[in-house]
Amino acid sequence: MSIKGKAYIAGIYEHPLREGTGKTVPQLHAEVAKGALEDAGLDKNDIDAYYCAGDVPGMGGINQAEYMGLKLRQIDSTETGGSSYVLHVRHAAQAIAAGHCKVALITLAGRPRADAKENYSVRPGGGAPADYGFEAPFRPSIVNMYAMVAMRHMHEFGTTSAQLAWVKVAASHHAQHNPHALLRDVVTVEDVLNSPVVSDPLHRLDCCVMTDGGGAIIMVAPEIAKSLKRPRIRVLGAGEAPKHLNGGKVDLTYSGAIWSGADAFAEAGVKPGDIKYASIYDSFTITVVETLEDLGFCAKGKGGPFVADGNLISGVGKLPFNTDGGGLCNNHPSDRGGITKVIEAVRQVRGEAHPKVQVPNCDLVLAHGTGGLLGSRMGSATVIMDREDA
Amino acid sequence: MSEAKAETATTKTAPRAKIRAPRINDESRPFWEATTRGELLVKHCTACGENHYFPRTFCPFCFSDATEWLKCSGRGTIYTYSVTRRGEPYAIAYVTLEEGPTMLTNLIDCDFDKLAIGQAVKVKFVDTGEGSALPFFVPG
Repeated sequence: MSIKGKAYIAGIYEHPLREGTGKTVPQLHAEVAKGALEDAGLDKNDIDAYYCAGDVPGMGGINQAEYMGLKLRQIDSTETGGSSYVLHVRHAAQAIAAGHCKVALITLAGRPRADAKENYSVRPGGGAPADYGFEAPFRPSIVNMYAMVAMRHMHEFGTTSAQLAWVKVAASHHAQHNPHALLRDVVTVEDVLNSPVVSDPLHRLDCCVMTDGGGAIIMVAPEIAKSLKRPRIRVLGAGEAPKHLNGGKVDLTYSGAIWSGADAFAEAGVKPGDIKYASIYDSFTITVVETLEDLGFCAKGKGGPFVADGNLISGVGKLPFNTDGGGLCNNHPSDRGGITKVIEAVRQVRGEAHPKVQVPNCDLVLAHGTGGLLGSRMGSATVIMDREDA
Repeated sequence: MSEAKAETATTKTAPRAKIRAPRINDESRPFWEATTRGELLVKHCTACGENHYFPRTFCPFCFSDATEWLKCSGRGTIYTYSVTRRGEPYAIAYVTLEEGPTMLTNLIDCDFDKLAIGQAVKVKFVDTGEGSALPFFVPG
């Protein structure tokens, strides 16, 4: 697709300051954003895409999006040094031309002079994000920031530890067939409940494994795909959505999947009920339960009953998931499980999963990734794929 | 700083809390200075009327910069919590303030096995010894 004539620059702003003493980096980003919005005659809530680079503090722009209260459908923190912001104009034009967003914000800000005067160390990441000072003293950890989600889910919906345990049980049933899985023993609900509590209400077996390694994906243009001898796996739809604490209006009963999934299903033109296999990011058992609800595989609050009694086990239940054993049993390389989610979904739609877990007539699959912390700020991404020559 | 030093610098009853002084910057300094006076602040937007936390110069709801500090009652309810059981146990929590915003904190001076979502709590400041006090919460 050409971007020629399909996107325009509507607002610009150059900060008049040349020394930023007394201002923080997140504050400076917000000030230039406000200036460009005023120049364009647009409102902050018109923005649905945000582009930034290494000068913004935090996790790839999500912390800054939180600071500015942005609700986004597209985020891009591609870092190419000083050329980043030119590149961002191109990326934004591509996204606009593709219909993935309508109003894109690009910001650059920093305070090297003030930092030097005030003896701040110059950090490539732009310094601590604005939320850091208000959270780090209270010792958030990866586990307790998911455990608090589980606690609230149980309170609101009556979800039980036994229901969460079924997610691990299903993963272990799949992992027994994967010779590369770190944990291959089939476990029971009782095994999970009897494992030590790490952070209430999550047990050790509610948590994913820690592993080294990684994965890779090659994507190609249609004409190249047709020239190859491998099955042609099409991306039918995709969505992405950061979620954060929204100025203190905290609601941990849903994840960003509620938005990324809706966009992916709409683009693909299919419904959750059409999906034959799903790779669901499983950092913890609660991650799977909440994500399944948000993607629409069951009603909000019904994730516990949905995953119980083997409903996620291939050949047994209605929604086979993570047939490689997932992050809970197989692999979570470098503490990041997104790529293995896509890889197993591709194996399934190719018909190349282990015969014991291969889903019959598996012509439509979904892979979902969750990044960061479900209990504060996170990234969500969903992709739906089919096989063209099926 | 050490826990022992923090406790001598603050209250007579030793709080079951590890003291980690916050990183303070120009934007957050008024909040932390207030904690040393025993005051919990959030930001109030005079343009749209919303309160927000963590406090920032711009309102995250309407993007106005007409925000001002609002002194809170220090009372709230537990939105969710988790007791980390590995090592010395501690309770992390989100507390919803009477003024609206929900904030991350720790629950101290309490029986960890009797905590509940919806429980009433009030702020208790513990001096860090570094020009700030941490807003923890206790039942009551």
